[in-house]
Amino acid sequence: MQLDVSVRKQQGTFEFNAEFSLTGRRIGLFGPSGSGKSTLMHLIAGLLQPDSGCIRLDGTVLFDAAAGVNLPPEKRRVGVVFQHAHLFPHLSVRRNLLYGWRRTPEADRHIDPEAIIEVLNLAHLLDRGVNLLSGGERQRIALARTVLTCPRLILMDEPLTGLDEELKFQIIPYLNKVFARFEIPLLFISHSLLEMRLMTEQVLVVGEGRVEREMATEDLAQSAWAAPRQGYVNLLRLGRPQPHGDLWVYPWGDVRLVLTDESDSDENVVELDSREILLFKRHPEATSARNMLPCTVGKIFTVGNRVRVELHCGAQQLIVQIVPESLRELELAEGKEVVAVIKASAFRRLL
Amino acid sequence: MSFLQPSDLDAILLSFQVACTATLLATPLGVGVAYLLVHTRIPGKAIIEGLVNLPLVLPPVVIGYLLLVLFGRRGWIGAWLVRLDIQIIFTLTGAIIASAVVGFPLLVRSIRLGMESVDSSYRQAARTLGAGGWDAFFTITLPLSGRAVFAGMTLMFARSLGEFGATIILAGNIPGVTQTIPLAIYEYTSSPGGDRMALSLCLVSILLSFVVLLASGAASKSLERK
Repeated sequence: MQLDVSVRKQQGTFEFNAEFSLTGRRIGLFGPSGSGKSTLMHLIAGLLQPDSGCIRLDGTVLFDAAAGVNLPPEKRRVGVVFQHAHLFPHLSVRRNLLYGWRRTPEADRHIDPEAIIEVLNLAHLLDRGVNLLSGGERQRIALARTVLTCPRLILMDEPLTGLDEELKFQIIPYLNKVFARFEIPLLFISHSLLEMRLMTEQVLVVGEGRVEREMATEDLAQSAWAAPRQGYVNLLRLGRPQPHGDLWVYPWGDVRLVLTDESDSDENVVELDSREILLFKRHPEATSARNMLPCTVGKIFTVGNRVRVELHCGAQQLIVQIVPESLRELELAEGKEVVAVIKASAFRRLL
Repeated sequence: MSFLQPSDLDAILLSFQVACTATLLATPLGVGVAYLLVHTRIPGKAIIEGLVNLPLVLPPVVIGYLLLVLFGRRGWIGAWLVRLDIQIIFTLTGAIIASAVVGFPLLVRSIRLGMESVDSSYRQAARTLGAGGWDAFFTITLPLSGRAVFAGMTLMFARSLGEFGATIILAGNIPGVTQTIPLAIYEYTSSPGGDRMALSLCLVSILLSFVVLLASGAASKSLERK
């Protein structure tokens, strides 16, 4: 997807100005509430009209003030999944799903309703009304409804905000499955860094009505660490676990990790707070922690009284946060060997 | 002497005919005007709104008289209709027009409130799903304000059943042609010995109004359940 935006929009005292060019498949719009993320989404979808400028998607001009072009939302082929789903309350789940599909020209319909119903596990809901569904079900239906219009781009406006933690992590795998299988580019709007890291590869950082920066999501996560009281959380993608006594051994690339949590999935994402990792100069012979990983020290950054150390364990990378005094006592330097010690219970399974 | 005279049955039937026709004809127009008032930014909206609501505050007799002036042989519309050989005054059409004008503000008010209470995000969602403006209106906004439209129709129907002032001036009080229940009651009360007959028609009137209320309550409930 290639998206070029250069727009200005005045709303009361709030002025929104954006100028950027994007290429990619999974892009995040990241910023605090009131920064203009939703305004930008409405401008791209055609639900708000910019005062001036132009918006182009894959070579199609969606809006151009100078040339007098302003495609109405229904002609833009830009799908939107709203924060509150906005399922039509007077239609059944099935008719909600097919609302957009029926209005999509046959030549553009390359997604089969059966396929999306299966991927999002909606078959048992089809004949129900939409008023008694759970939050997660509503979001899955809203997503399916939008995917069925076979759009060139899907905008998701904080779709996980308002869902409880557990539900959120149940839905993310569904989202990932849909975007991987149907190959639709995604613009994901959120103020949650964790959601960004799980859903996107690239982010636009929005603040005070402007697009401030464009960067890789992982760089954003690491740069956020510099802010006071913000820790870094390692996200680890693990394979299928094997039982190991009453614990579980997960493959992490060529490394093996022992966790307390069970899983029956081939792909697992767990988080590990950078402050929960202990560093030892030499291999401690016996500890209560179950993971002792020999690592090589990479780059080291110091901010105030916190030190961030990159560790390489085989092909994998971990980030550890320690204090300057430990850095001196351990005599850490780039290229030195250390042992990272992690308790089996320090990992928290997300997906 | 039986409970109702044959002419009373005529009056009941006519009342129904007038109320149904007036309501059914006014509903599409009412939806249109409500749409204009809620969803568009046309100039002179306040004036349109005033005109629509005027019959609500004017005495029905005044409305009847204005209609008479308008539809009379030398009135703006009447003169034009004469050439087409259409007569409004002292006909069933006149009774229907009088009822429609008097009941219209009630209908528009109710539909308008209903449309205003439909969250605009539903329309936006429909637009992003490929529905044009009209398509979104007919498939989303209108069905979601269905209860309000129905409530407005009920109100207007009930108002039409009871319409007296404007009707007697525009359509007269001709038994079998324009004499509806209220007009028949009026005639009974103004003729000696008609009290009993007036009372029985009043009972019929109460019964009818009650049935309309019950029916509207039941229909509204079933719409809600959807």
